Amino acid sequence: MSTSSHSHTADAHIHHDAHHHEQGFWSKYVFSTDHKVIGIQYGVTSLLFLFLGFTLMMIMRWQLAYPGEPFPVIRFVLPIGIIGLLTMFVSGFKPSLGTTVGVLFMAMAALVWYLATGEERMPMGIMAPEYYNSLGAMHGTIMIFLGVVPLGVGAFGNYVMPLQIGAPDMAFPKLNMMSYWIYLVGGIIMVISFFVPGGAANSGWTSYPPLSEIATTGQTWWLVGMVFLITSSLLGSVNFIVTILQLRAKGLSFMKLPFFVWAQLVTSFLLLLAFPPLEAAGILQLLDRVAGTSFFLPSGLVISGEKLMNAGGGTPILWQHLFWFLAHPEVYVLILPAMGIISEIIANNTRKPLWGYKYIVYSALFIGFMSFIVWAHHMYITGMGTTISAFFQTTTMIISVPSIVILTSLAISLYGGSIRYNTAMLFALAFIPMFGIGGLTGLPLGLATSDLHLHDTYYVIGHFHYVVAPGTIFALFAGIYWWFPKLTGRTMNETLGKIHFWGSFVCMNFIFFPMLIQGMAGLSRRLYDGGEQYSHSANVIYLNEVMSIAAWVMAIFQIFFIVNVFLSMKKGKKTTDNHWEATTLEWSATTAPPLAHGNFVTLPTVYHGPYEYSVPGAKKDFTPQNEK
Amino acid sequence: MQIPYTSEHHPETGLYNAKLGIWLFLASEVMLFGALFTSYILLRMGAPTWPHGWEILNIPLATVNTVVLIASSVTMVMSWASLMMNDFKKYKMYMGITVVCGLIFLVIKGFEYAAKFEHGYFPSTNNFFATYFTLTGLHGLHVIGGIIVNAYFWGPGSKMWKTEPQRFVNRIEVAGLYWHFVDLVWIFLFPSLYLL
Amino acid sequence: MEHSHAEIKKHVRKYIFVFVALMALTVVTVAVSYLHLTMTTAVIVALFIASIKGALVAGYFMHLISEKKVIYLTLAFTLFFFIGMIVLTMSSISDQVMMPHVS
Repeated sequence: MSTSSHSHTADAHIHHDAHHHEQGFWSKYVFSTDHKVIGIQYGVTSLLFLFLGFTLMMIMRWQLAYPGEPFPVIRFVLPIGIIGLLTMFVSGFKPSLGTTVGVLFMAMAALVWYLATGEERMPMGIMAPEYYNSLGAMHGTIMIFLGVVPLGVGAFGNYVMPLQIGAPDMAFPKLNMMSYWIYLVGGIIMVISFFVPGGAANSGWTSYPPLSEIATTGQTWWLVGMVFLITSSLLGSVNFIVTILQLRAKGLSFMKLPFFVWAQLVTSFLLLLAFPPLEAAGILQLLDRVAGTSFFLPSGLVISGEKLMNAGGGTPILWQHLFWFLAHPEVYVLILPAMGIISEIIANNTRKPLWGYKYIVYSALFIGFMSFIVWAHHMYITGMGTTISAFFQTTTMIISVPSIVILTSLAISLYGGSIRYNTAMLFALAFIPMFGIGGLTGLPLGLATSDLHLHDTYYVIGHFHYVVAPGTIFALFAGIYWWFPKLTGRTMNETLGKIHFWGSFVCMNFIFFPMLIQGMAGLSRRLYDGGEQYSHSANVIYLNEVMSIAAWVMAIFQIFFIVNVFLSMKKGKKTTDNHWEATTLEWSATTAPPLAHGNFVTLPTVYHGPYEYSVPGAKKDFTPQNEK
Repeated sequence: MQIPYTSEHHPETGLYNAKLGIWLFLASEVMLFGALFTSYILLRMGAPTWPHGWEILNIPLATVNTVVLIASSVTMVMSWASLMMNDFKKYKMYMGITVVCGLIFLVIKGFEYAAKFEHGYFPSTNNFFATYFTLTGLHGLHVIGGIIVNAYFWGPGSKMWKTEPQRFVNRIEVAGLYWHFVDLVWIFLFPSLYLL
Repeated sequence: MEHSHAEIKKHVRKYIFVFVALMALTVVTVAVSYLHLTMTTAVIVALFIASIKGALVAGYFMHLISEKKVIYLTLAFTLFFFIGMIVLTMSSISDQVMMPHVS
């Protein structure tokens, strides 16, 4: 994103850099080993995937709101196409990032067209039930593995973390590049799976066997794609941990690290140690599907009246254990970078030190530790015995404590501050109650008794979406508004930003709060017709339309964000190195750091803690970490 | 700007980057094979009948393979020690033996697999063979990866000894850590699949 | 951290010793398997020997016996989660109301 402006602002620094030499286009922007370029690549790719995941959901929501009515293709495809065309027009059809993004939008429009038509998927324009399942499974997969995690870790982690610790780059730049490309291949495999016979994976993002084992070819693609994504995150996490442990600037001791860096460190450990069991499970399921083994297939399975001719003797519960061994820590992989971003923004915009920095850090470490021994609370309804479920209920209640400590510390940090209400801060402020709702609605799910009632209802969907969507994704938006001046040397438009914020904020709650209501009424969560057939849903079914309309309206508000990004890249107000008057090291680097190795003219030395705002007796209300 | 601690040790951690990196990677490998072992134990515990490894599998052949792999681990560490003593010729010899041992292991494994296929035993036969082929197959892939790396450091990669000797020694140490880990996995695989 | 030649020579002697020990233990574990002990005993013996062998490889070939704190810490965490994974998964399945193979 910094292509357009870095030449103006960075010129002054280039001749200081003895190692600087002209790189070709390909090695500079495409096969780059520079963490900033890779961060941007991750950012652009994951935002596109977020958009794709969102689109799948918009198609699904039509079916839920108006089951059995033909899907209005034009109403959905046209806006995306127009955005693409406009983007290309604004960037003058010249070979630039803007045009590339425009082309990608056009491709997206074509993809949506493909997804919402076709006799197999949408006979007579009405969604086929199998296809609904496919959309659900791929929405989850894309949002989590291709959207939110790569944005929070791959993009923000890659771009910001080395700058924040005063490192010249990541410890293994080539590995970093490989990690991005493997992620991209995994993502492309997932997208291609929409085009294979039978369509994409349709057994839920959790891929529970035996259903997933007898599913169409798309599931095999899903598994192969996951192996790539896991490999990518493995390389990334090794790189992150080594970078944080080895390449910190002089004087930057652990307790002087910005919380964002701590969050990335804990996240990387979770990715490193929790993902391999899913990789193992993925390999086993792949063999079940391809080589005819029966790791997850029990004996005597009967499908459509016919006995399955396999060796049998496997257990589907094993998959659930291996899957949730990853997928619970994965929740914290989603939320910790978000908390990291929020901490940076809140400390800066209240002009106060973060309240209880140490508690926050210890809480994050404790979360990382505990998150490995709570996973089976996703499995109470598998018929788990009372002894072991008592264990998991206890650990689940314990792990909620550190999250509350972090949230409380952030809330207390606001007290007595003179708060600057810019867009980034608004998103950060919204994060606290939204994640609060997400977390608190999780408690009944952590207790077996109430979980048995709620587990397969919309309540669960409402709960985890509050954590991920208005929680994590708001934090990621906050991060984009926050670090945009660093990337480009220009600020984002505040008016557009505030429209984006308020629109999204209101819509999010109209989408997800009704889910909690529907869930408590007992509406099951995997119904293709939104629960029309059931009498117990009669009182709450009207909410389906409310949620769908809110979802589509929210899409419109995202256009403000997209326009804002492109407009501000070209026309945004130019700014200084340290636009927010922040203390952490990334703001002491040059604005829009030159896209080559070496982030700093000279590597900084650190003298202060990360959040020294309004220190009594200091000349300014902020003391940068590297100023004596 | 150069990335620090590519060959020298970090003053606090006492490690160079790659060594920390490989240990982290190995930690994740522990979890990968750990999950597979967990699956094996669970399937076996839940099964009404499960054959003993020694009833079906070829123990003498696997024992030879164990010896070969352990020997390659020793020559690997000797190749590193030779470099530490500035003896490049000995390094070449030991590393060469390591690569050859790895290849012998694969050839023997290949014969073993072929014999199983001939008798009509496939991964789909039952969960015993499914586990056997999966675990040994994945281990075999790790061996292949190790051979490629070691062969590279024996051949073209060894040019670095002339330009950046310290970094080259580090690379051999890192490659060695990986190779020993592959050996370590086999040390557990061998009894649990063949002898129990 | 620089090793002197004499030190390395000492290491080499250790490697040879470990190699001999590993070979001996391999012979023992194979020999024991021909005794066809009861399952529990066989598992305990086999895993006990494998653990010793593993410890020798990790301790001496991988120099874990004199490694840095960061690595010990990482491996301690890994071991903890590894054990958690095995023990908790096994206990949940054996605590299952319905055993997996009963169908």
